[in-house]
Amino acid sequence: MKVKITLNGRLLNKHIPNDMMLLDFVRKYGALSVKRGCDTSNCGLCTVWVDGTPVLSCSYPAARADGRSVTTLEGVQEEAAEFSRYLVAQGAEQCGFCSPGFIMTVLAMRRELQNPTEEEIARYLAGNLCRCSGYTGQLRAIRAWLRDNQPGEEAAV
Amino acid sequence: MRLVNQAIPKLDGLALTAGQGAYTDDLATQNGCLVVKVLRSPHPFARILSIKKDTASKVNGVECILTWEDVPQIRYTLAGQSYPEPSPYDRYILEQVVRYVGDPVAIVAGRDEVCVDKALRMLKVKYQLLDPVLDFERALDNPSVIHPESDYHNNVPIGGDPARNLLASGCDAEGDLEGELARCDLVVDRTYYTKANAQAMMETFRTYTYLDHNGRLNVVTSTQVPFHCRRIIAHALGISPAMVRVVKPRIGGGFGAKQTLVSELFPALVTLRTGKPAKIVYTRQESFQASNSRHQMRVRVRMGATRDGIVRAVEVDALSNAGAYGEHASTTVGLTGHKSIPLYAKANAFRFAYQVVYTNTMAGGAFRGYGATQGCFAVESAANELAEKLGIDPAQLRLLNIPREGEVMPAYYHEPLSSSRLPDCIRRGMELIGWAEKYPRIRVSDHLVRGVGMALTMQGSGISGVDTATATIKLNDDGFYTLMIGATDMGTGCDTILAQMAAEVLHCPLEWVTVDGVDTDHSPFDTGSYASSTTYVTGTAVVNACTDLVGQIAREGARLLGIPVERAEFDGEGVLDTAHPEARISLAQIAQDLVVGTGTRWLTATASHCSPTSPPPLMAGFAEVEVDLETGACRVVDYVGVVDCGTVINKNLARVQAEGGIAQGIGMALLEDVNYDAHGQMVNSSFMQYKIPTRADLPEIRVEFVESYEPTGPFGAKSIGEVVINTPAPAIAQAIHNACGVWVRSLPITGEKILQGLLEQQGDAL
Amino acid sequence: MGAFGQEDGRIVLRPKSTPATRREWEELRLYTVKSYVFAQSLEEAWELLNRDVRNNVILGGCCWLKLGRKRIRTAIDLSRLELDQICLRNGFVEIGAYVPLHRLETDPLLTQRFSGILGRSVEQIVGVPFRNLATVGGSVFSRFGFSDLSTALLALDTRVVLYKAGEMPLEAFLSAPIRRGDILVKLRIRDDGRTAAYQSLRRAATDFPVVAAAVSRRGERWTVSVGARPGFARRSPSAEKALAQGLGPAAAGAAASQELPFGSNLRAGADYRRAVASVLVRRAAQACMEGGDQA
Repeated sequence: MKVKITLNGRLLNKHIPNDMMLLDFVRKYGALSVKRGCDTSNCGLCTVWVDGTPVLSCSYPAARADGRSVTTLEGVQEEAAEFSRYLVAQGAEQCGFCSPGFIMTVLAMRRELQNPTEEEIARYLAGNLCRCSGYTGQLRAIRAWLRDNQPGEEAAV
Repeated sequence: MRLVNQAIPKLDGLALTAGQGAYTDDLATQNGCLVVKVLRSPHPFARILSIKKDTASKVNGVECILTWEDVPQIRYTLAGQSYPEPSPYDRYILEQVVRYVGDPVAIVAGRDEVCVDKALRMLKVKYQLLDPVLDFERALDNPSVIHPESDYHNNVPIGGDPARNLLASGCDAEGDLEGELARCDLVVDRTYYTKANAQAMMETFRTYTYLDHNGRLNVVTSTQVPFHCRRIIAHALGISPAMVRVVKPRIGGGFGAKQTLVSELFPALVTLRTGKPAKIVYTRQESFQASNSRHQMRVRVRMGATRDGIVRAVEVDALSNAGAYGEHASTTVGLTGHKSIPLYAKANAFRFAYQVVYTNTMAGGAFRGYGATQGCFAVESAANELAEKLGIDPAQLRLLNIPREGEVMPAYYHEPLSSSRLPDCIRRGMELIGWAEKYPRIRVSDHLVRGVGMALTMQGSGISGVDTATATIKLNDDGFYTLMIGATDMGTGCDTILAQMAAEVLHCPLEWVTVDGVDTDHSPFDTGSYASSTTYVTGTAVVNACTDLVGQIAREGARLLGIPVERAEFDGEGVLDTAHPEARISLAQIAQDLVVGTGTRWLTATASHCSPTSPPPLMAGFAEVEVDLETGACRVVDYVGVVDCGTVINKNLARVQAEGGIAQGIGMALLEDVNYDAHGQMVNSSFMQYKIPTRADLPEIRVEFVESYEPTGPFGAKSIGEVVINTPAPAIAQAIHNACGVWVRSLPITGEKILQGLLEQQGDAL
Repeated sequence: MGAFGQEDGRIVLRPKSTPATRREWEELRLYTVKSYVFAQSLEEAWELLNRDVRNNVILGGCCWLKLGRKRIRTAIDLSRLELDQICLRNGFVEIGAYVPLHRLETDPLLTQRFSGILGRSVEQIVGVPFRNLATVGGSVFSRFGFSDLSTALLALDTRVVLYKAGEMPLEAFLSAPIRRGDILVKLRIRDDGRTAAYQSLRRAATDFPVVAAAVSRRGERWTVSVGARPGFARRSPSAEKALAQGLGPAAAGAAASQELPFGSNLRAGADYRRAVASVLVRRAAQACMEGGDQA
């Protein structure tokens, strides 16, 4: 079928297979940051935003994205880099394979919760698996990033 | 030190977190490859009678279908080990006999996934079903023989007898075990079970292959062992190693899984047959069910001690399940005893015996800890049970029995303990966890109780006398350096820590040293990243190569300054005359002069290293758990790991290694539960059914380092990668026991097992 | 979603089969769609669906669509029909079939009602990106035995609204066989100010529950449901009666565990489930007595 999908701000007019999933669509059109980690919607590696909402692109029919705006890590490089510096400062990115989906979920969490508690952080991100880090370094990075970027601080400046 | 012992960010950190397409499939996506998939056996043990492939071959877009009749009849092992590999040669790429659910039956390659899937559906296979052996405790001398083939081959004797389903066996003993046990005041005799855990790295197995303009087979693959890969691929395909090039790009985790070849041969064969580029990307299900895992084990421990807590005799008897093929089977089991018994240094006798058997389950392989993890669970648990029976604090029992620095360890191949601050690790861990206040238990509410437990462990640093690493350092024309290594960074950060060591020796900023992935055409030989070898073995090679280069730079500087070499000193930025410090020549000037005109001499230094010893890193782990007495539910509320890995080269990366390893250990202890159904089908081959820990399952893991100085290591370093996974299982098992009185001796420890135990205490049952 | 067991509760990725009939190994990815249609109305969707109920399907959140091993002729997408609304109407809270699970945790209409039980029941399911996909309709319609949400909804005496087939209690809907020609439109819950509490036990934090229990109370009227037995959620009339008679939470727990059937699967054995169900029902009832989950 024919779809119009805006991928990272670029309008794509494409003919796609009806059973294509959004993950395969975004990778096909250059968003290589998006990874597949499982077959069962359990790992969070493929997280992208559809109209600003974080979803698993492995399970989102590309057809359903017709007329919508899809954002991958490639589309939020600046915002992501700001957080990534904290992650890398901890060495918590490790193999990096889960980082893009994890970062997309972290940024979405910040937009949704502003100043999340530790429990909210764990719950919001629980679907983003990482086998390298044990998550503790990721938590240190999130804490430091939230501390240094309190909401309202920009307004005060 | 300026760079070593600091918290340096990983060199590739910002690129990876920006989502750069640096992994195998990202590179293949850009190169228009044939899609390769494998038809796999639905039966645990069967002979293929026929494969009808004519209709499948006619599917539009299908390029090639290969079955057992189309592959080289060459036995090999997929184990990434130095030649001659101790793992038996017991595989073909495709064989007429399939030995587990998931064993490959046919390889299909085509233009895209759709046509390949269609062809896979159309292949009609007829099987003659054979009686499978699914229970590893019934494998030995079972009427079903899994490897009766006449061309089964061992490079070295490992005590196997395939006709008995016995892959390997052996015994290492010293002293009069039975006599010592008889003289002990107390002996515990316990049997423990561990499961075939999945490494479960986030990037599944994947490989892409192509022929270059010279017709050489290029293999880009997610591997920990590129040089072993080259040798094994050439051997299995029956081609010259000179015709194979292996490239390792960025890797999405390995944990040992990628120390065995898994996906490489399928696209390689397709590329050889079709001349076209080809790629295979394993599904998560394939990764779980058709690769390799930790070896499932049963470990019996007999440990005897005097009334005052001196352990006088230790016996470890291990039965290991190799699964259908023998990768790493004879070697992993060795660590079960050799890395656990030596911690009881006052023993007058020990005995370590093992048997490894074939079954019709997925083959085991390498997984972080490599047998030491299973041994640690058994021996440390037995020590904890012993301490309890003696009425001695288990931490005190350890302090009474551990080897002291300088002592020779008979059960560790008589190697000396050349560096150890293990007593400090134990004491610091006790402080951090609050042992004095919390041992053994604290009641939280009417139904919640918290308990604490602990365990010790040791690993090695490389395989002594085997692992070989080479490093080459080049001075480039503008005065920066290229460090070339064959060790494989799989996300661990070894590129970074090796660059730190190089820059330390070369007195230069880290940015002056570039280091990249591995390419067997360009990188110097390295056995690969496994056996906790990279920091210690490759690190030493890097230090030696850089030290050599510093000497060369000083010599060339002296020549250009016209002074005797003894007076020349290289300070990182240039060479100066120690007699007249104002006379100096910059490194950039030296580098330029060396590549222009007469007297040119491009400076490189190469050093190889193989260590005669494998000094053990040491660790004390402490767990605090909370048990719900009404449901048996258990969660880890605190975990403390205190590690002696010698000098910590990179404080961040070592800490994350430890935190990640402990998390995996907690998963092994409580969650990760591989099971097979009665038909030999693995029932946990997805993240839906095989639960690795999420962040909501784990406490904030606390890690500290107590640094000894290892005289044989680079800057005093030992290894860190594996030792960190071992302590959680025994420490948690003991914490649970301390909380509620139940010992669970088979992993994983579930709420169901705990509640069962609680009810049994009351003379009841579920 | 035919790959998942229902009443028998076996959660498997493929149907049970004997070795003789077992097909090839790698079949997970046999999800194909011949045509993909955004329905313009429920009538159009119903008509399309019932043209070929074996091969046409209504899409939900699609989380496990590709596990279904299904060749779909027409995939019918209702995402343009505004079924993702949560509203108050005629004394009922109405929850559209396309409301994603995560909205149950964030929508003030729900977080401020029923002690927040609906949000609480789903908050441990995988992660937010998953719960932004998974829909209320998909979870309820599929009669998943492990459904946390169905367990909580059942304790709220939820009613199910089907296109054409009309309205019925969730309890009746869950026990009836799946009728492929039905379209779930929305759920209705009487806005009666009841308190509620949810309890589940999981082997791992984001996993399916080993067993789940929900209890609600309005005055002396109690509703008790137990899910993941591992079959789909069921009410326990004897536990409800015990509570109404003032016998207390422990008696209710014992009654529920004796009354309901429990089974075994990968996650736990029947006896363990029964033992835990008793504890969870007791704790949920206790929480209700003390004012519900948010008290």
